[in-house]
Amino acid sequence: MAELTYRDAVARGIAQEMARDPDVIFFGEDVAKPGGVFKATVGLYEQFGPKRVRDTPISEQAIMGAAMGAAMTGLKPIAEIMFSDFFAVCFDYIANEFPKSRYMSNGQLKCPLVVRTGNGAGSRFGAQHSQSVENWCMMIPGLKVVAPSNPRDVIGLMAAAVRDPDPVIFFEHKSLYPVKGEVPDGEIVDTLGTAAIVRPGKDASILALALMVPRALEAAERLKAEHGIDCEVIDVRSLVPLDTQTILGSIARTHRVFTVEENPRLCGWGAEIVSIIADEAFYDLDGPPVRITTPHIPLPAADVLEDAVLPTVQRITETVRRSLQS
Amino acid sequence: MPQLGETVAEGRITKWFKAPGDAIKPGDNLFEIETDKTSMEVPAIAAGVLTEIRVAEGDVALVGAVVGVIGGAMTASTAAQTPGSTRSEPRPAPAPASSGLRATAQQPIKLNPFQEVRTPERNFGPARLAGGTVVTPLARRLAAEAGIDLGQLAPTSTSRRISARDVEAAIAGGTKARQPTDRGPTGDPQRIIALYERGSFEEVALDNMRRTIATRLTEAVQTIPHFYLSIDLTTQRLVEIREETNATAPMGADGEPSYRLSLNDFLIKAWGLALRRVPAANAVWAHDRILRFAQSDIGVAVATQGGLLTPVIRKADAKSVIEISAEMKDLTARARARRLKPNEYQGGASAISNLGMYGVREFAAIINPPHATILAVGATDRRPIETTDGFRFVSRMTVTLSCDHRIVDGALGGELLSAFKSLVEHPVGLLV
Repeated sequence: MAELTYRDAVARGIAQEMARDPDVIFFGEDVAKPGGVFKATVGLYEQFGPKRVRDTPISEQAIMGAAMGAAMTGLKPIAEIMFSDFFAVCFDYIANEFPKSRYMSNGQLKCPLVVRTGNGAGSRFGAQHSQSVENWCMMIPGLKVVAPSNPRDVIGLMAAAVRDPDPVIFFEHKSLYPVKGEVPDGEIVDTLGTAAIVRPGKDASILALALMVPRALEAAERLKAEHGIDCEVIDVRSLVPLDTQTILGSIARTHRVFTVEENPRLCGWGAEIVSIIADEAFYDLDGPPVRITTPHIPLPAADVLEDAVLPTVQRITETVRRSLQS
Repeated sequence: MPQLGETVAEGRITKWFKAPGDAIKPGDNLFEIETDKTSMEVPAIAAGVLTEIRVAEGDVALVGAVVGVIGGAMTASTAAQTPGSTRSEPRPAPAPASSGLRATAQQPIKLNPFQEVRTPERNFGPARLAGGTVVTPLARRLAAEAGIDLGQLAPTSTSRRISARDVEAAIAGGTKARQPTDRGPTGDPQRIIALYERGSFEEVALDNMRRTIATRLTEAVQTIPHFYLSIDLTTQRLVEIREETNATAPMGADGEPSYRLSLNDFLIKAWGLALRRVPAANAVWAHDRILRFAQSDIGVAVATQGGLLTPVIRKADAKSVIEISAEMKDLTARARARRLKPNEYQGGASAISNLGMYGVREFAAIINPPHATILAVGATDRRPIETTDGFRFVSRMTVTLSCDHRIVDGALGGELLSAFKSLVEHPVGLLV
């Protein structure tokens, strides 16, 4: 057992898979010799050499095109897009090429690649470098989408993503990079499509993802201590495939559900989950499902403003309390 | 299992025309189903090979259930769900239902790309009660399952809506539970059986139709405030017109008269016109409102081997007696063969039941929900009536109208019967 930061876990997760499988390669902007702008890939270049760990030109389209070509011709690339906001400049690959190749070629072409990317707000990077765009990928048939919230899950889900035969978009949260967590020794392999109950409870289910998981957990402790409300917190972890069994099972026990999303309100991932709940668990609900989201605005760069718009522990606590006690 | 009408929740497969391994093309009859009112053949709409039968002959399945699988060249890909999604670590066991609420067993749900929108199979009532109180979905489900009348509950002081907690409190308190309505056979059959000597009876299993009749008529008697109005009619002229009409019917190509009208055909027409003359009675009770109809759709009770069916004659007020007669012959034949489609026995605001052929003089019928009335027709016989110089015998009959008092008050029912009497006694009104 070791204590590792989320950023160190990224490097360890990639190293675990590169050591296991010589077909796994890794490239992106400033990821090799500099070790990444977030220092999440330090040491990989030294360990695996310039043939398998490469710096690329500043062209997201080139990175994605290279990854797709490598994947189709037998390698298992991990490609980095530095800021997930930049998906917008290479979205043709993400939306039209990766997820369609197997389908349109009737299985003759495969696209086993991982795109890892720095996602989310909290680092004062402004409207074009702070967004949470996991919902952009969730809506594309053929993509798998994961977003770990802790170092252990980073390694385990990275392994699952690399070993998956289809494209997986791997969202790392920029504000979580310095966060530490206990990580067991040895190989860690997790399963895509599984959520985790990170805090059991009986009064309400709080569904959260990535940076919102620690906030939801803190809010749950506060709700218990200050208001006697016992919340179950579920780390959704994987948006596609989605672990509906864990989510709906939790709601069948607690009968109330809250989502905590960094996505702007319209079409955030919680909207889809609430829609599924309406279909599958309507008569398990003892009150309206409530979404706690970032408002539908471009993210501000000013620290006070950025802090104000993201769901906070205070806002989660207050929203759950008001909804349960009114 | 196809949806055969709004109120049908399940069906029984009575026959499979195909066996696993058989090639299927669109239009081939796949299986036959029996619902509470009808039986019907269901054809295939896709080509392929029947690979699996999931609901065997004689078994019942809910509407929407998969009863069989047709496989073929096209197999749905569920790429997004392909990774062996078994968990690497044991999942925490579901906690026992907190505070006594029933935890729904959750099956793994495959969200495959071809999945249609799934909606709850049952509706547990409105979210807002008549008084404006809001009830949560879970509370509605629990109340319905426990037979609790939500109208009797009030939100607890901390809540603005009736929630599961309030319903649980009512269940725990043991009060407010409504008499369970009879949804088919309830109670202990052994207690009935014990009253009779073994071997003195044979047991007859209930089919869907008998079950439905039991449920609906019990519900009708328990929930509809019935009252009854009887009236005697002189049918002398109607009987004469009928005989004359039949005697002069043109011959068809087969050398037989092209129609043979029954007295009941005339009565259906007269009843349709009477309802049109008294539109306030041509209506049904819809709990928080009344639905009033411009045309007269009339259910006509048909005795079949399995029980009573009431196929509906649409626009009886606008059709000729000959048309009504032809339609009745067709509907009756298909009702007896249990080949009616649901839309042929649903709807209407009133019905006619005629037991005259058995010599029954008069009787009171149970309203067939959601109808507002039903007209029970007795036998036509020769009865004395007073004349200026004594009496004479004429054809007379007695009819009894059962009314739902929520819609039809006594005076309105009287007006309706009076209109009917006028049409029957002056049958020229049926022709013009």
